[in-house]
Amino acid sequence: MKPAEQFQAFYQADLLPHLAPLEERRKRIARQVITAGVVTALVTLVACVVVILLTPDPGFALIPLVVGLILYFVLFARYTRGYVAEFKDSIIGRIVKFVDPNLTYQQNECIPQWVYNQSRIFLTGVDRYRGEDMVRGKVGQTQIQFSELHSQYKTEHTDSKGRRRTQWHTIFKGIFFVADFNKHFHGETVVLPDAAEKLFGRLAQTFQSWNFTRKGDLVRLEDVAFEQRFVVYSDDQVEARYILSPSLMARIMAYAERTGRAIYLSFVASNIYVAITNQKDSFEPKLFSSILDMRLAQEYLEDLMLAVGIVEELNLNLRIWTKQ
Amino acid sequence: MTGLLIAVGVVLLLLALMYNSLIGKRNQVDSVFSTVDVMLKKRYDLIPNLVATVKGYLQHERETLEHLTQLRTQALNSRTDDEKVAINNQIEGPLRQILVAVENYPDLKASQNFLHLQGSLNEVEEQISAARRAFNAAVLQYNNAVQMFPTNIIAGLMSLRQRAFFEVPAEERQPVRIGSFSDGGKK
Repeated sequence: MKPAEQFQAFYQADLLPHLAPLEERRKRIARQVITAGVVTALVTLVACVVVILLTPDPGFALIPLVVGLILYFVLFARYTRGYVAEFKDSIIGRIVKFVDPNLTYQQNECIPQWVYNQSRIFLTGVDRYRGEDMVRGKVGQTQIQFSELHSQYKTEHTDSKGRRRTQWHTIFKGIFFVADFNKHFHGETVVLPDAAEKLFGRLAQTFQSWNFTRKGDLVRLEDVAFEQRFVVYSDDQVEARYILSPSLMARIMAYAERTGRAIYLSFVASNIYVAITNQKDSFEPKLFSSILDMRLAQEYLEDLMLAVGIVEELNLNLRIWTKQ
Repeated sequence: MTGLLIAVGVVLLLLALMYNSLIGKRNQVDSVFSTVDVMLKKRYDLIPNLVATVKGYLQHERETLEHLTQLRTQALNSRTDDEKVAINNQIEGPLRQILVAVENYPDLKASQNFLHLQGSLNEVEEQISAARRAFNAAVLQYNNAVQMFPTNIIAGLMSLRQRAFFEVPAEERQPVRIGSFSDGGKK
């Protein structure tokens, strides 16, 4: 990662001149949004009172309430749309170029679903797949791409009144990263956070070795700390160890420690896939507080480095084997 | 009477399961050893190339080169697993010595031929290291089964013995990596 002073200089020289006009625009939009909010709230309130006075059932007041809410969201989206797009292109795009000039940023693209499926990390069938903020390019010798992703599945059930209800459940939300791995391999190796081992200790290994859901067998690695934190499945015991060298295991551990997040990895088709869970929506502009705050820019940088930093932290540019 | 039959049935089933699990573990050890063997062969195949490439430069290491060639011939002729392992442990010393000596010859180090060879050697070493670790993991599973109750009784009857681990040399954690690349302590 580039030193903090360098980022500060970049912020002052390159970012601030573009942030200043955006800040003016933000203030204007914030005013519009607040005005629209107050007006819709008042109109809705009056409508509700009228409805309650004129109709026998106060429940009808729900109708203007819902209409008011929808109206507000429509207005909110209209006012902010252009601002969000411009902010992302101008500011996030520049921070991406600062991290590495070889990277490009596309705010409306995301990792395609076939890549997500190919990773074999999440096996649950996906019913809704969304993503944005795609970054791709070459860091040193390593081709990378990542984006925000949110995959969900739905369950449907009928409640006591006979109404069908659909519930959405998150499979994965966070940053999904793909890079060209520095060694050749043919099989599938998956590294998942190990929830069972913390609870059941050694006994967990016995359960895991039965492995009903995944292709391949449990891989028992000699690094005890790694074993406690992760569980590894692979269809090739030797290849799994060829990929997960003692050095890479230590590096994965350090990365997981540092980020403090649930990390899923897989090695398929000579690529490395890393899914980093993240509850917040990254790379979004603020609307109701100033964007002229360096800490905000710092936060965007940190979110980017969470993914771009993988190349260095897992030493993917070390190309001393036959794969160049 | 029925109770007795059921009891006998259950005991037989358990015996069969334990027997199968032991055989499975033994086969796993053998199968992984064959992978180690394949990787070791790949390493022998690189030795003549290496010798041919560096011979012209390394005048002072002539003896080491000859020794290495001899060891390779011995390794190719070895029959038993123990012999193979023993000779391979011997090969590592001179191999490292030569690769270290190359450091003194910048021309050689930068030559396309040597760079290519270096990549292949690193690859083979990394593969050998992985195969060894897989072998040791398989041996651990097998030895646990041979020593732990109740499978140890069956293992005794089948006269299954414990298998030896691959001795991983101290340098193994940093396989032969030459040039300015090092993945050692950098974190």
